[in-house]
Amino acid sequence: MKRVAVIVFPGSNCDAETLAAAGAAGSDAYFVWHRDADLRQADAVILPGGFSYGDYLRSGAIARFSSVMAAVTAHARAGGPVLGICNGFQILCEAGLLPGGLMRNARLRFLSRPTWVRVEQIDTPFTCLYEKGEILEVPIAHGDGRYVVDPRTAAELEATDRIVWRYVRDNPNGSTNGIAGVTNAGHNVVGIMPHPERRTAPALGGEDGARVFHSMEARHATQHAVDVRAVDDRHLRV
Amino acid sequence: MNAFRVEVRVMPRAALLDPQGQAVEHALHALGFGDVARVRMGKHLVLDVNATSRDEALARARAMCDRLLANPVTEDYDLVVDGDVPR
Repeated sequence: MKRVAVIVFPGSNCDAETLAAAGAAGSDAYFVWHRDADLRQADAVILPGGFSYGDYLRSGAIARFSSVMAAVTAHARAGGPVLGICNGFQILCEAGLLPGGLMRNARLRFLSRPTWVRVEQIDTPFTCLYEKGEILEVPIAHGDGRYVVDPRTAAELEATDRIVWRYVRDNPNGSTNGIAGVTNAGHNVVGIMPHPERRTAPALGGEDGARVFHSMEARHATQHAVDVRAVDDRHLRV
Repeated sequence: MNAFRVEVRVMPRAALLDPQGQAVEHALHALGFGDVARVRMGKHLVLDVNATSRDEALARARAMCDRLLANPVTEDYDLVVDGDVPR
């Protein structure tokens, strides 16, 4: 059983489902308030979806400076798994933990509907139980989901297989190269726009998202070559 | 120490799609303003900055833009201090 910190910002609104999804996968999941500086020995950190700080200025721009983000950054720099879902992805981009940024959907509408994504990268703590090339149905719910990177970075992401999920059938928001999720060079930080926590049981319309959370548990059960546990001291020093 | 009024204009990068600007452009065309060739839409922030000089106010405002007010991946910004456009 792994310790999973779900960070709660003012305006987070997918925190409860995310906690439940991690719990259902067997994790010891708990909330950490954005003002806390301590992740309480988390093995993995999840930044959930929502509208932190009302999306004022830019989505994720203000949350990125919350006290807890110093600890999240230290955890990520130490190789610890960090997952950003939707607003969490926006925050990770604003924090510089992932490349690129998320802008207003190309056709302006707020989109809340199912999408289909192809799993492109399974060597991450959040996708290791999927098959490469598998098509998943997972919903999106965002106004600012158009992933934007400069052409050079986009080419580098493609060449180094850092696209995690890619929209198929259609590109709902105009994202560069249909990118729905990316990872960092170390593959320990992942950001995705679709909401896997909303597809974790048949009663929710499908369970294609469940393995995101099961992957966390499975990955940690076998991977302890590097101690990725972020401890309090380390947080404070960075 | 004086207060300097710094105006910050943040615009989406020229190369990037600006759907808000396009929507406004279409609305203007629909209203008969066919002479509008293009609309881009950004943000305008007005800051009162306490500083000992105009240059200091400008430098502080630049730091604020680089840190928070603009995202260098998606946006460009420019500044006006007390009505003057800095070189």
